[in-house]
Amino acid sequence: MATVSLNGIKKTFGKIDVIHGIDVEIEDGEFIVIVGPSGCGKSTLLRMVAGLETVTEGEIKIGGARVNDREPMDRDIAMVFQNYALYPHMSVFDNMAYGLKIAGTPKAEIAERVNEAATLLQLSDYLQRRPRELSGGQRQRVAMGRAIVRKPSVFLFDEPLSNLDAKLRVQMRLEIKQLQRRLGVTSLYVTHDQVEAMTLADRMIVMNGGRADQIGAPLEVYANPQTEFVAGFIGSPPMNFLPSEIEPDAPEGARTLGVRPEHLRIASSGTPATVVYSEALGAETLVHVTLPQGGQATVRQDAVIPLPAEGAAVHLEWNATDRFFFDAEGRRR
Amino acid sequence: MEKRVTFKGIWLPLLLVLPQLVITAVFFFYPAGQAVYQSLFIPDPFGLSMQWVGLGNFEYLLGNAYYRASFVTTAVFSVAVTVVSMGVALYLAVLADRLIKGSGVYRTLLIWPYAVAPAVAGVLWLFMFNTRVGVVTWYLGVLGYDWNHVLNGEEAMGLVVVASAWGRISYNFLFFLAGLQAIPRSVIEAAAIDGARFWTRFRTIVWPLLSPTTFFLLVVNIVYAFFETFGVIHTITGGGPQQATTILVYKVFSDGFVGQDLGSSAAQSVILLVIVGALTILQFKYIERRVHY
Repeated sequence: MATVSLNGIKKTFGKIDVIHGIDVEIEDGEFIVIVGPSGCGKSTLLRMVAGLETVTEGEIKIGGARVNDREPMDRDIAMVFQNYALYPHMSVFDNMAYGLKIAGTPKAEIAERVNEAATLLQLSDYLQRRPRELSGGQRQRVAMGRAIVRKPSVFLFDEPLSNLDAKLRVQMRLEIKQLQRRLGVTSLYVTHDQVEAMTLADRMIVMNGGRADQIGAPLEVYANPQTEFVAGFIGSPPMNFLPSEIEPDAPEGARTLGVRPEHLRIASSGTPATVVYSEALGAETLVHVTLPQGGQATVRQDAVIPLPAEGAAVHLEWNATDRFFFDAEGRRR
Repeated sequence: MEKRVTFKGIWLPLLLVLPQLVITAVFFFYPAGQAVYQSLFIPDPFGLSMQWVGLGNFEYLLGNAYYRASFVTTAVFSVAVTVVSMGVALYLAVLADRLIKGSGVYRTLLIWPYAVAPAVAGVLWLFMFNTRVGVVTWYLGVLGYDWNHVLNGEEAMGLVVVASAWGRISYNFLFFLAGLQAIPRSVIEAAAIDGARFWTRFRTIVWPLLSPTTFFLLVVNIVYAFFETFGVIHTITGGGPQQATTILVYKVFSDGFVGQDLGSSAAQSVILLVIVGALTILQFKYIERRVHY
């Protein structure tokens, strides 16, 4: 268990700047999710913490000690890879015991710790199998088991669920969260899926083009996005962006107006719009409309409200407190 | 669905495979059959008559001290060639795999020796180690070592092993490098995070995952050492001194075409055929079990 601190982390590949300076203090036992679209540098950041990439500039501290120049094995971390990276020629038991064997742990203790982890992860019946004889979810668990038997101070997860099907992903997401709560190990988790970020994180780092656009608790980020990018990335369906001229009281310099789908209402008066089509999802309905000023918007409403006909002329309204204004650079106004 | 082309009748497909069948028959089955047939006779030196001797040629060979010595020579030679060429190739491949910049140049340069014909390679090595004008011989002389592979059987063996292994390193290198690059980077990284340093990673992860490649190369290299090294031996030592480098395949040539004992030569070919077949079966049966696919 340890704190992790990143101070002014930069990364350059050749002449290309990938990460432009990240600062974050991670508390002991905290679950941090690094979220962003592909190519934003989130995996590179995680790999720098792991010691698999060199740090171009800045300082990484684990448990208060600078680790920039330490080898991965000397950082007291464990990592779960996207493709699990299991050793294909070893049994599940040997996969989990590998790190302990190298550390010279006594055999009895290895067996005890591996069995303990296997019980926790419901892998006890599969210890003698090879990775190729396991399902995707089981392989994922072995990768988790390999990480937890070593009792590291920091867990690193690099998109561990993206190779699973949707149903299993939801289940494993829950298991990872429970496991992390029970073990209380500081964790860094990289994902491109904002739902995973929202559900898992104590705090999340939303990355965009090598910068941390916003760092904060999921609901805080959702309720109070600092940039247009964050507002559009976090939340599904994403926030509607409309030209700010729709609002006569838009602040100086504002160019875009953002309103979340659940804050839009179809009403008898307000901004006129035309219904394009509706998607009934059961519990809720998404109504897609176009505005005469240009732009599209999505209204998320309860399923008990009757569906508007396609092509119908409607009016949209929203509360003034639910509006977000962004300037030309995408910053909050 | 797999799409299959179907032909009506048998004549067209037969015509299409005929060239390959003819080549196999003329250059493989016919000579092999001839060897088996001739091994049962002793022809006279002028090829005018043949005398039936049954298994006499084989009996004579197995009782012949020179022939049995040639077995030992072949074993030493082929094991040495295989170990040297695979060992050096693996070492170079591991280094090239770790390279980030300029690996293409190294790869190209390392592949070049493979393009050199065995006989030419033999002559090149012969010049370097020539007892009078060889560059290496001269430097060894400066260091106080008197190199003379024409008189010293062990030195002769060393030279033909190195010359035979040299061209082979390129071939093995290519396969080892491909094998190394097929190992997922993340598996190596996972091992590094698990605490394994380079040598431990190599021993516990890389080597086992490389075993299919290693096994394939082992079979191919032994067959190479048995047969295709003829050119190298012929140009460098001619089997000498005192038959110190006469491997089985060279003895087939020297007994048959130099000594004109075609019956014995044919019998040796048959024995060689049986040995290589048995060796390959053995390798597949016992070593393949330990290979992780």
